[in-house]
Amino acid sequence: MIHSLFLVNSSGDIFLEKHWKSVVSRSVCDYFFEAQERASEPENVPPVIPTPHHYLISVLRHRIYFVAVIQSEVPPLFVIEFLHRVVDTFQDYFGVCTEAAIKDNVVVVYELLEEMLDNGFPLATESNILKELIKPPTILRTVVNTITGSTNVGEQLPTGQLSVVPWRRTGVKYTNNEAYFDVVEEIDAIIDKSGSTITAEIQGVIDACVKLTGMPDLTLSFMNPRLLDDVSFHPCVRFKRWEAERILSFIPPDGNFRLLSYHVSCQNLVAIPVYVKHNITFREGSSQGRFELTLGPKQTMGKGLEAVLISSQLPRGVLNTNLNPSQGTYNFDPVTKLLSWDVGKINPQKLPSLKGSMSLQAGASKPDENPTINIQFKIQQSALSGLKVNRLDMYGEKYKPFKGIKYMTKAGKFQTKGLLRGRAWDLKN
Amino acid sequence: MSSPLLHATVCCYAFECSSFLTNPITYGYMDGFDSAVQCVTVLYWVCDPQMIARGKNASDLFPAVVKNVACKNIEVKKLVYVYLVRYAEEQQDLALLSISTFQRGLKDPNQLIRASALRVLSSIRVTIIVPIMMLAIKEAASDMSPYVRKTAAHAIPKLYSLDPEQKDCLIEVIEKLLADKTTLVAGSVVMAFEEVCPERIDLIHKNYRKLCNLLIDVEEWGQVVIINMLTRYARTQFLNPNMNEDKEEKEKKKTEATAIVKRKPYVMDPDHRLLLRNTKPLLQSRNAAVVMAVAQLYFHLAPKAEVGVIAKALVRLMRSHSEVQYVVLQNVATMSIKRRGMFEPYLKSFYIRSTDPTQIKVLKLEVLTNLANETNISTILREFQTYIKSNDKDFVAATIQAIGRCATNIGEVRDTCLNGLVQLLSNRDELVVAESVVVIKKLLQMQPEQHSDIIKHMAKLTDNIQVPMARASILWLIGEYCEHVPKIAPDVLRKMAKTFTNEEDIVKLQIINLAAKLYLTNSKQTKLLTQYVLNLAKYDQNYDIRDRARFIRQLIVPTDKSGALSKYAKKLFLALKPAPVLESPFKDRDHFQLGSLSHLLNAKAGGYQVLPDWPEAAPDPSVRNVEVKESVRAVETVTARDRGPLGPSSGEDVKKSEKKSKPRIGSSESESEEDDDSESESSESEEEESEEESEEETKKKKKVGNERLENTRTTDIHTHTHSERRNTHILNCDSQPNTIASVQVFDTICKPAWLYMQFLLNPPLPVSVPQTIIPSGNLKTYELLHRITGEGLSVEYCFSRQPFSPDPHMVAVKIQFTNSATSEAKSLHVEDAKLQSGMRIKEFPEIEVLPAGETISVVMGIDFCDSTQFLEFCDPNHCTVLLKFFVSIQPPVGELMMPIFMTENEFKKEQGEHRNQCMEIKQYGPHFDCHAVVQRVTTAANLSRVPCGSDKECRFAGKTVTSGSLVLVSVVTKEDGAAQLTVNCEKMVIGTMLVKDIHQALTQ
Repeated sequence: MIHSLFLVNSSGDIFLEKHWKSVVSRSVCDYFFEAQERASEPENVPPVIPTPHHYLISVLRHRIYFVAVIQSEVPPLFVIEFLHRVVDTFQDYFGVCTEAAIKDNVVVVYELLEEMLDNGFPLATESNILKELIKPPTILRTVVNTITGSTNVGEQLPTGQLSVVPWRRTGVKYTNNEAYFDVVEEIDAIIDKSGSTITAEIQGVIDACVKLTGMPDLTLSFMNPRLLDDVSFHPCVRFKRWEAERILSFIPPDGNFRLLSYHVSCQNLVAIPVYVKHNITFREGSSQGRFELTLGPKQTMGKGLEAVLISSQLPRGVLNTNLNPSQGTYNFDPVTKLLSWDVGKINPQKLPSLKGSMSLQAGASKPDENPTINIQFKIQQSALSGLKVNRLDMYGEKYKPFKGIKYMTKAGKFQTKGLLRGRAWDLKN
Repeated sequence: MSSPLLHATVCCYAFECSSFLTNPITYGYMDGFDSAVQCVTVLYWVCDPQMIARGKNASDLFPAVVKNVACKNIEVKKLVYVYLVRYAEEQQDLALLSISTFQRGLKDPNQLIRASALRVLSSIRVTIIVPIMMLAIKEAASDMSPYVRKTAAHAIPKLYSLDPEQKDCLIEVIEKLLADKTTLVAGSVVMAFEEVCPERIDLIHKNYRKLCNLLIDVEEWGQVVIINMLTRYARTQFLNPNMNEDKEEKEKKKTEATAIVKRKPYVMDPDHRLLLRNTKPLLQSRNAAVVMAVAQLYFHLAPKAEVGVIAKALVRLMRSHSEVQYVVLQNVATMSIKRRGMFEPYLKSFYIRSTDPTQIKVLKLEVLTNLANETNISTILREFQTYIKSNDKDFVAATIQAIGRCATNIGEVRDTCLNGLVQLLSNRDELVVAESVVVIKKLLQMQPEQHSDIIKHMAKLTDNIQVPMARASILWLIGEYCEHVPKIAPDVLRKMAKTFTNEEDIVKLQIINLAAKLYLTNSKQTKLLTQYVLNLAKYDQNYDIRDRARFIRQLIVPTDKSGALSKYAKKLFLALKPAPVLESPFKDRDHFQLGSLSHLLNAKAGGYQVLPDWPEAAPDPSVRNVEVKESVRAVETVTARDRGPLGPSSGEDVKKSEKKSKPRIGSSESESEEDDDSESESSESEEEESEEESEEETKKKKKVGNERLENTRTTDIHTHTHSERRNTHILNCDSQPNTIASVQVFDTICKPAWLYMQFLLNPPLPVSVPQTIIPSGNLKTYELLHRITGEGLSVEYCFSRQPFSPDPHMVAVKIQFTNSATSEAKSLHVEDAKLQSGMRIKEFPEIEVLPAGETISVVMGIDFCDSTQFLEFCDPNHCTVLLKFFVSIQPPVGELMMPIFMTENEFKKEQGEHRNQCMEIKQYGPHFDCHAVVQRVTTAANLSRVPCGSDKECRFAGKTVTSGSLVLVSVVTKEDGAAQLTVNCEKMVIGTMLVKDIHQALTQ
């Protein structure tokens, strides 16, 4: 299966390598570098690259390429999914997954990789088992280790590997027993210039932070489970129970984990919480263009729009802009032609707008008038789909836990794009 | 280590680390730092690839490092292992020094140490130790601990790659491990199977059902491997579920309507169904690889009508990381060609966002193009138009090609597309224009007559457009259809002749072509021009062009030497050329197993196992039958799955064996207990078939029971705590593995305390009491405690069929105490109810006094978890002398449900949905009327009648109390007095038992 792993940074240096079978020379990465050069953007490097003797499967996360070397047939998703799991584990251990963090914790990184794969086949990928084997470094622990000489390697044996519930450590103890659930929804939408929705869908996740003593057995029920069109679960969730009763029943892992991700399809009508009106005009022959953009809330269920950020790729002909925001700050990068406007909070009484003129390259032909506008925003304390948690019950333990639930909506890939009505093809026949 | 100071210090040491490592100081302190930590860092430093890259081969330090293998510090030990595995190949002799340490580790009483010793030993790539490894693997394969067995499975491919000669021996080990029943081992051993002997499909037969049933509890990586292997297996063993449809298609094509031997209708092998059913829930996995594996399994194995379920899951994966999207889209592209309908509802999910990476955009376009049909083409084209304005030029080019493909595939929009593309010819962006030209060229080839104006328009473009491919396309087009543009064509040639020397090679070739064609059709005007062009070409730098010029001159200009060929020149050049077929690059890629690397690359990767074609006739399905003992195992695992992802059974096995290993009384204790379980269960299944044997069976059971007592005496305490723990978990179990007993009534049992403990572990063996049906009031009363055993107190119970108000998931049990003794009974209450996992009980309030001769009834609620497991409890404490009676309640399956109201239509609809689940046909005697049927069925099971018009048919509906799954029963009386009984229920076990019970009730 997975032969070797190379970590390549954005400048094209291999800064870590690990082999699970015999050693593969790092020259194999030359094929990867070739592909990297050919790609215009970092994310355009093909995830699977065949070379004469090996196959390179890579993922790009946090501007680091994780390149796995494969020698024979293996499902590509198997490798990709595993690499992402590696990154998630690093992030879990070091807080961030950057080149510096990996280099600082090189020992832990090697130890982790050693435990995660055996002969190229995944062995222990549950973060809870790994944490039992190798303790995550903290500042305190590093200091203590330096002074006392203890190590990061757990002294006890990884009994979690033998457990029925491999995702949960045994003997967990907390003085404050808490369970927090965050329902986070992202709305992806494509809106055309007239404001009608081309496609909209809501992707949600329930992230949990559970710090409960012992072996609690939780059930979480929804007021309106029918909303959920498609779900995927953490392995701890009992599938049959969900099928039969639409109740999430599970023994939770300890700490942070993603309980559920779900999808509310575009078939259900999705309320779009924000609208954008923009009017960008260029006159033929003139070196000036007009720019007007207004946005406002729409169907937000009384909650305010926060952290609104507008960004747009202006046409190449635009040299510079002279715009006037009614609130927030805007920024135009003349090199990349990227306009971004940090609006902040939207006050429904006074709608924010951005108006002004653009200077164009002299003599250039009239640029396209309909750049795509990307919008980011947040709505606190509201899940756009209307999903509501009904109750959370705990069985199996005697104490009373503190329960908390938080809702949030974010814009995912939310864009408004123009369609040139005048030039639309005649599609009547 | 994160401290830079430490790092620096260590680096200084490291240069003399050879001495450092050999120094026993590694256990002590040095310069204020703990040396173990330093040792660790030094080790990493020597393993560090950067050092190796700089030419400092750390293998010099080998002897020094390996000495630390016996070090007590776990971290040092681990790092030495890492080092050892890395450099052993280069330092074979020295590596042998460490072997004895591992051999010792293999015998360690701790399973985890045994496992890790095996893991490192097998990773050392030194040929000399092959026999040692072989021995170690063989031993570990029969280890008590499933974890060690798992490690053994991991070691098999390692040894195989080191020495392929060992294959035969290794296959034996694999065969043995394949028979393993724990989820921990399953994934790893199938992995080993795939690496060592994927062709030995025969090894799978006996384990097929077990693997299917274990699947949901296996860890996710193992699931992927198992599912892929089972896909291949199923392709060799089962018949094509789409056989008839595929055949029809073929027949239509060939129009060989005659002499077709009608095949008998296709019936799906139950094992095939089992695989499909058990993999389906995994579509909900969080792991994309698992979802993809199930998706490909359904694509390759499921009947056409069922494949659709995978679309939703695949569309979900598109939200994941872009690499995941890339792979998923590749597969969706292939699937969407063969099964377009499946993805049509999700069309909008494939719309492209400006933020997608180019490769994702192009793949999405591919899928959109595949999905285009007459109904959705207008939305798709509108979407495509917006893409054309993207900044990403590769993507724009791909979009234009996609429009071209839509136009060729869907005749109705061809003109629209063509017009649209012509509009694009005036686009500012040259690339857009060029790509459009190329696509228009292909489209025009289909119907050139109507579009001479487009050709004229394009001819004008030659002045502006510079992209060679586009220029070449235009020239070709003009040459090909010069008859449609007789005036313009010579003029274009004139212009081209002027710029000939500055053109790219492909353009030059097309100029020569154009010249030749014009010469043949219109030699008057173009003769000189052609000569000129050919002369220029004659002295071109490129030999292809020189060659072509020479060839064409010979062919078209008649000379004395030119042979017979020149006569046919016109036919050669102006032959009618077939229009190009614009095909998806993903067409026919599905001969590779989907989701595989080979499919992605569209080339066979090393080690790829070809997905075989369906067999013409199904091989013998009985090869999968296992001896009775094994099949029971399968039953058990089914129930484990029913519990959902948290199947305690697998874990229990682990725990059980762990606990067993401590006392170690009999060498194969766990074995013997399993045997018992299975025997008692197997006997039930036999019971169904032949009831005459039942007496024998009972005897057997008694015997087994005795054995059981012996066995469990040693372990009672462990299991006691165990069962308690289970209760606290409140696992929602739908059914219990070892108590799907067909026992009807339990005798009461009163035993001393120590025996009582044992009964907690083992079901008291039933003594069947001949059953008498008490017709009075439709309620059957069962005896719980007989007057004599109860020393005057008798207890009876019946299922009152009232909803149990405190908890709707409980079955109400009415208990009647009769005190026929001379003294009064005091403090009657339930004590220590021993619940099977998942069961719950709501006790009745304590009865303080029951005077002599009195009778009192109480109601208690029991949640049987929809299984006919019995409930045991220690019942009343009897007055003066404290007496405990140990009794148990076993519900007939019919009491586990409650009636629900349903209309006939609803009933039919539901029945349709649960069709496959449980259906049995039995014959009844004559003299039957509707009323009698209703009465008997409702006596046997707590169901309500569904109103229906016909007298011939009686329908009943209900749902199980705990999980609320539907239970539908219908009895259809036939002309000849026979009747057909159908039970539909999601829960197989309940369904089967209910059929039996109702059948019995009806035939009585």
